[in-house]
Amino acid sequence: MKNFRILAVAAAAMCATSAVHAQEPLKIGMITTLSGPGGYLGQDIRDAFQLAIDMQGGKLGGAPVQVIVEDDALKPGQGKQIADKFIKTDKIKLLTGIVFSNVALAVVPDVLDADGIYVSPNAGPSNLAGKECNANYYVVSWQNDSLHESAGQNANNLGYKKAFLLAPNYQAGKDALEGFKRTFKGEVLGEVFTRLDQTDFAAEMAQIRAAKPDVVFQFHPGGAGIAFLRQYQQAGLTGVVPMVVPSPSMDAVTLKAIGEPALGLNVSAQWNSDFDNAANKEFVAAWMKKYNRPITYYASQGYDTALAIGAALKATGGKVEDAKAFRTAMLKADFKSVRGNFKFGKNQHPIQDWYAMRVEKDEAGVPVIKTTGKISSDVGDFYAKDCKL
Amino acid sequence: MANPRSFPRFKGWLLPGLALACLLALPPVAQALGQPALVTLVTRMMILGLAASALNIALGMGGLISLGHAAFYGIGGYAVGILTTHAAAGAPFLGFIPGSDSLALNLLAALVASGVAAAIIGALALRTSGIQFIMITLAFAQMVFFLFVALKAYGGDDGMSFRRRNGLLDFNMRDDATFFYVSLGVLSLWLALSARLLHSRFGLLLGGIRQSERRMQAIGVNTFAMRWLAFVLSGMGAGLAGALMANLGRFVSPDLMHWTQSGEMLIMVVLGGAGTIFGPVLGAFALIGLETLLASWTEHWQIFLGPLLVLMALTFRGGLARLWRKGDAS
Amino acid sequence: MALVLEQLLNGIQFGVMLFLLAAGLTLVFGIMGVINLAHGSLYMVGAYAAALGAKLTGSFLLAIPCGLVAAGLAGMALEYIVVRRLYARDHLDQVLATFGLILFFNQAIILLFGRQPMFVQIPPLLSGALDLGLFAYPVYRLCIILAGLACAGGLFLLIQRTRLGMLVRAGATHRDMVQALGVDIRLLYTILFGLGAVLAGFAGLMAGPLLSVQVGMGEQILILTFVVVVIGGLGSVAGAFWGALLVGLVDTSLRAFLPQILRALMNGSEADALAGGISAMGVYLVMALVLLVRPKGLFPAYG
Repeated sequence: MKNFRILAVAAAAMCATSAVHAQEPLKIGMITTLSGPGGYLGQDIRDAFQLAIDMQGGKLGGAPVQVIVEDDALKPGQGKQIADKFIKTDKIKLLTGIVFSNVALAVVPDVLDADGIYVSPNAGPSNLAGKECNANYYVVSWQNDSLHESAGQNANNLGYKKAFLLAPNYQAGKDALEGFKRTFKGEVLGEVFTRLDQTDFAAEMAQIRAAKPDVVFQFHPGGAGIAFLRQYQQAGLTGVVPMVVPSPSMDAVTLKAIGEPALGLNVSAQWNSDFDNAANKEFVAAWMKKYNRPITYYASQGYDTALAIGAALKATGGKVEDAKAFRTAMLKADFKSVRGNFKFGKNQHPIQDWYAMRVEKDEAGVPVIKTTGKISSDVGDFYAKDCKL
Repeated sequence: MANPRSFPRFKGWLLPGLALACLLALPPVAQALGQPALVTLVTRMMILGLAASALNIALGMGGLISLGHAAFYGIGGYAVGILTTHAAAGAPFLGFIPGSDSLALNLLAALVASGVAAAIIGALALRTSGIQFIMITLAFAQMVFFLFVALKAYGGDDGMSFRRRNGLLDFNMRDDATFFYVSLGVLSLWLALSARLLHSRFGLLLGGIRQSERRMQAIGVNTFAMRWLAFVLSGMGAGLAGALMANLGRFVSPDLMHWTQSGEMLIMVVLGGAGTIFGPVLGAFALIGLETLLASWTEHWQIFLGPLLVLMALTFRGGLARLWRKGDAS
Repeated sequence: MALVLEQLLNGIQFGVMLFLLAAGLTLVFGIMGVINLAHGSLYMVGAYAAALGAKLTGSFLLAIPCGLVAAGLAGMALEYIVVRRLYARDHLDQVLATFGLILFFNQAIILLFGRQPMFVQIPPLLSGALDLGLFAYPVYRLCIILAGLACAGGLFLLIQRTRLGMLVRAGATHRDMVQALGVDIRLLYTILFGLGAVLAGFAGLMAGPLLSVQVGMGEQILILTFVVVVIGGLGSVAGAFWGALLVGLVDTSLRAFLPQILRALMNGSEADALAGGISAMGVYLVMALVLLVRPKGLFPAYG
């Protein structure tokens, strides 16, 4: 009992101190996934967001800001609880950070109902992009489907006619196959839904070999993707059946964990670390200096999100209370995105260019993701037409 | 074995009474302290406390260690989610069950749905015992989990959210404090019922079966039916909790039925004290409280929570509820 | 036909991996009566230690002892510090304590290795595929099958032919009697727990190049391992072996063949969704059926 009293006193003291000392800077609430296999995604978003702030001397767009980060552990319920605390107790109006669509789908409506503003650095689920679009909801990364549409387009450009598709059996996986089929003009030989927690793909490898496709499209973010590509090589399929994937299936971290089996992989993405623009070079150099670890799409999105918010804050003088003024400023997207062209579409999701990439060896013989060309320019998303903003 | 009757009446109810008073005062106090999120946090604790207390009927009273109660919890939640979205869309569920956004009706539906599920699963699972029982309940829960993951019409893995909480009389359910009091009411009612149950003939029989099934059979008790009834009641309670949780977050997903959720309920019961009335609720408060507190200190909170749980398992025999009932622990 | 054979081989390979995990778990379960949820963490420790060993020495061969020793030591330390105090407790306390251990292990790995998955290379000698006439099969997977079968054989000899094995068999059925006969049961338990941990670590280090070495990899396979143990019968190593093969084959063949069968009966996307759902449930369905027919599992060790 005594121990508990001490704990309670300590807790009260913690609450008191945190309430006292954070008054001046604008607080930004970041709900992100830091634990479990998907933890590195959230970590990169958080670190890149903080990097942008550090590079501007603790400010965004001239306004001093403070980021409060909490881990949603990939549980929608936990995310809601954190959002509730951010909004009600910490009086935070501006939130960001969510990695996974299912958490976003649970949390974002709460934020919007409480008159908050949410800027997404990653998840862009279709449900929130069409009819349900909202004036205070912005997505800086992409609409989920457009990832896979770009992969389908990439497969067309590369001249593939017969495809075999694989994705996990959940909403984002089903959307992935829909998105791919929307742009892919060839024939689909087979679709396989893998299990959400599956890591052994031997059965699927045999099916791919039996189907004899020109190309395989697969969407397995994180650890499952690593396992998939390794087993693809072990099954003797690498180099025999080429593969197109969207960026979540192949980032710098997964590449490092896979190594050579990834060579020859066709990736489509809106950003890559080798992009030749000033903003990107500055970002990559600063990242390497501060963190010195592989840099992912997630990091670039976190960084762009911070820049986008900074541009808006600059115009509003660091204020977020007037959501309309913030919106006007935000929609101008007056910042130098590390991915080059960037503007917001009518549903406040990006209109941007998609690039084709390939995994190749660099001069030192280490596999890297190399940009090979543009897939498409100024692409919005499929759902924008349903948005009445 | 606890024997509350050996206590003077007021003593057994003194602490719970105090706790109730504190809870009643919580919303205005939290508001005054500028910590309004505390209200929803405690609501969540109470709802999980209800779930843990429901599990305790099977576990503490019946000796049935179920690692599958998240299934009933989730089914209760989905009953609310499905009926509410059907009410909003105006189309009946399965073509003949009208949707509903009344809290009373939806809680009832959750009780029925989870009760039916518990009746079926219980009838099959009770053919085994011991570790096999733990595992077969887990197996059924996993099947239910994957069933809802595959149910694309109701959101699949992403789950589904609805705009407004279910209505009750003329209360403003949007208000978190109101929902807090509703949850507190349901929890109190449930606890009062389970206290009655523990001391009823049924409760005593269950206790007897837990200690020696053979002896009870010998005196002519249908032990299978008794256990089955305890399991069904317990599943219904979990469904009730799930229905409230769905309303709190206005969101349901298969996450509710994940096996770790079953594990967490078990941990709450053990932490608080199996077989006691208030222990499981206490366990829920302690676990969620610890998680929230540690997570606000460090992102590596699990490195502290883990060993803390180990320590509690090794030292607190009989759970937190025994702390102020030392003499009662024998 | 070639496809069917290849899928059967895949099922056996998956089953063998499950067996390595289940063997340790069933011994701990059946003989010490402890539910050890942290068994998957030992698998993770083995995988990480081997990955680290391979990174430092550059050799997969040297990584093997790293993984085995680390997992074995972690297991024995676990037994000595925590599990030893749980023998006399009921299952509930064991669940609570070992669940706490999972949290601890996962976060400790994050602190030590970071959140990024680790890289493990397949030894060049074992990469590539072997032509088996009808089809080509990855050499590495064949090696896993052989290594797993060798382990099963060794374990069988150990249990049936040695003094330690005799104590194990006796301990599974008549624990008190073994103790009464003056056997140092505590030492026996520590050794057994360490042995189970080494097997889990072995599975982990073999899985490293195949899957992804990352935090939480233990929990992904833990539940299936429990399923195997229960299907096989608690405490029975032979049961664990046949149970693992059954689970491996059922899981793999459902995933491999069900979509095609259903696609012949209904339209494509509905068939795929349904097949995904059923194959995910399949293993649990098998377990439920086995337990309904034989409540003690296929090869009950006692009674």
